Amino acid sequence: MGEPLERRAVISGAAQSDVGRRLYRTGIDLTVEAALRAVADAGLTTADIDGVSTYPGFGGSFGGAMGAELHEALRLSLNWRSSGVETAGPLGAVHNAILAVATGVARHVLVFRTVVEGSGGPLRPGSGSGGGGGMSGSAGPFQFMIPYGAASAACWVACYARRHMHDYGTTRTQLGAIAVNGRANAAANPKAIYTEPMTIDDYLAVRMVSEPLCLYDCDVPCDGSTAVVVSHRDYAPDAPAGAVGVNAIGTAIRGRPSWDQFDDLTSMMMRHTAASMWERTELSVDDVDTAQLYDGFSWLTLAWIEAMGFCGKGESGAFVEGGTNIGPDGAVPLNTSGGQLSAGRLHGFGHLHEAVMQLRGTANIVVDNCEVVAVGAGGGPETGSLLLTKGPS
Amino acid sequence: MSGDSPPRFVLASPESEFYWRSGADGRLRIQRCGDCGRWIHPPGPACPFCHSRRIGPEPVAGTGTVATYTVNHKEWIPGFTPPYVFAFVELDEDPTVRIGTNIVGCKIDEVEIGMRVEVLFEESGEWHVPLFRPTGAREH
Ligand SMILES: [Zn+2]
Repeated sequence: MGEPLERRAVISGAAQSDVGRRLYRTGIDLTVEAALRAVADAGLTTADIDGVSTYPGFGGSFGGAMGAELHEALRLSLNWRSSGVETAGPLGAVHNAILAVATGVARHVLVFRTVVEGSGGPLRPGSGSGGGGGMSGSAGPFQFMIPYGAASAACWVACYARRHMHDYGTTRTQLGAIAVNGRANAAANPKAIYTEPMTIDDYLAVRMVSEPLCLYDCDVPCDGSTAVVVSHRDYAPDAPAGAVGVNAIGTAIRGRPSWDQFDDLTSMMMRHTAASMWERTELSVDDVDTAQLYDGFSWLTLAWIEAMGFCGKGESGAFVEGGTNIGPDGAVPLNTSGGQLSAGRLHGFGHLHEAVMQLRGTANIVVDNCEVVAVGAGGGPETGSLLLTKGPS
Repeated sequence: MSGDSPPRFVLASPESEFYWRSGADGRLRIQRCGDCGRWIHPPGPACPFCHSRRIGPEPVAGTGTVATYTVNHKEWIPGFTPPYVFAFVELDEDPTVRIGTNIVGCKIDEVEIGMRVEVLFEESGEWHVPLFRPTGAREH
């Protein structure tokens, strides 16, 4: 193929609002905070912003804010705006922004994901702790799981984790390495929710939620907003904090778009997502300096590790066991800001933010000479990825 | 699961209504294509394989294998008293027909991947909700 169009885009700015539990702030309030910080970080003003993209936008889950709300709150003047939940997972909002910039429809797109889950309030089945998707309230695909009390993604992911253990001998001690690694890294992240030290014995002793997933296999709801500015790469030299290059996007949805009917019960859609990303680049998994891989549930990270190719199919348990390979000094430093299990469910955008910080060399835990970062977000049929580079690709 | 039945929140669509009513005569039915013969689940408006509109419910044996499962220790929906098993069962007629269900009629720790199971139905209002139990198990 010719040069993939996504390489015309860079991430020129990135920022977060305050992140925490019980902030008792509205989604749009958090969004404006993150957005203004990201625009300033990019060396721009709101007058330069001509595009807005978000996930999920109107009608989506996990609280948040609509693109139109941010548009109005900052009195933006836009050439393009997009939101939606039928994307390649939450990073679909970034993909859309990249494509808008690459095609010249917009030049500086403000992209955000806001969650308001940590302030109590009534929980619907499928929301709150261990949520994600859940009860649709209509006769959709979840009608075949809700009557059986399987109202949370925890139940569905647990079924995949169980089969992975059955087929490949993956153990809970191996799975626990994801949670323990996240907790250790979160200690350096001032915005993380849980920072107290955790050992593998702590992990093994905590109560079960949906076997084989225990409490520490499920991420922690929080309130917070993450915003990035996607700009044309022509702007890169002027980005004061340094522009991060977009080398490849991973967007494929090649199997059945279903939590329960996917052909393989030991992998999920990220298998196709990552494959499509590698098809668009001359880089390989060996070039990746750190990986920021979704951990809404710890098993999803194992699935991402295999999908990205850091190890073979079924080998992720052995790969992560003991934490050496995935620690800050390991072969593939993983979720260096603590991930969602400990730092809070920012729905993939915490991983994206950390990727930008690593490529700028400004992360709380610095991966030396970081030039290439793989980011993967989502689970089930809703997964997307990005291959990012230090400077334009 | 023991004691009172949990709330069965069935939200049927026009395409799936037959599935939730099928157990009235003790038979499980799955949508099947009248042209290519493939089984279709969840049911839809056309055959996804040959796009034929000649589709309809057809009885199956109601036997299958546990492909995977989870034991829930959290009351994800009020009335589902933990621990309870949610499982995916692959039907004998076509293992790509994967059915979410509860496994009943045995001890929780007897459930395992590969276990042979058969359908039974729990009446819930106008619906007959398909559940599965180990093949040859007593009434639950
Ligand atoms: Zn057909």
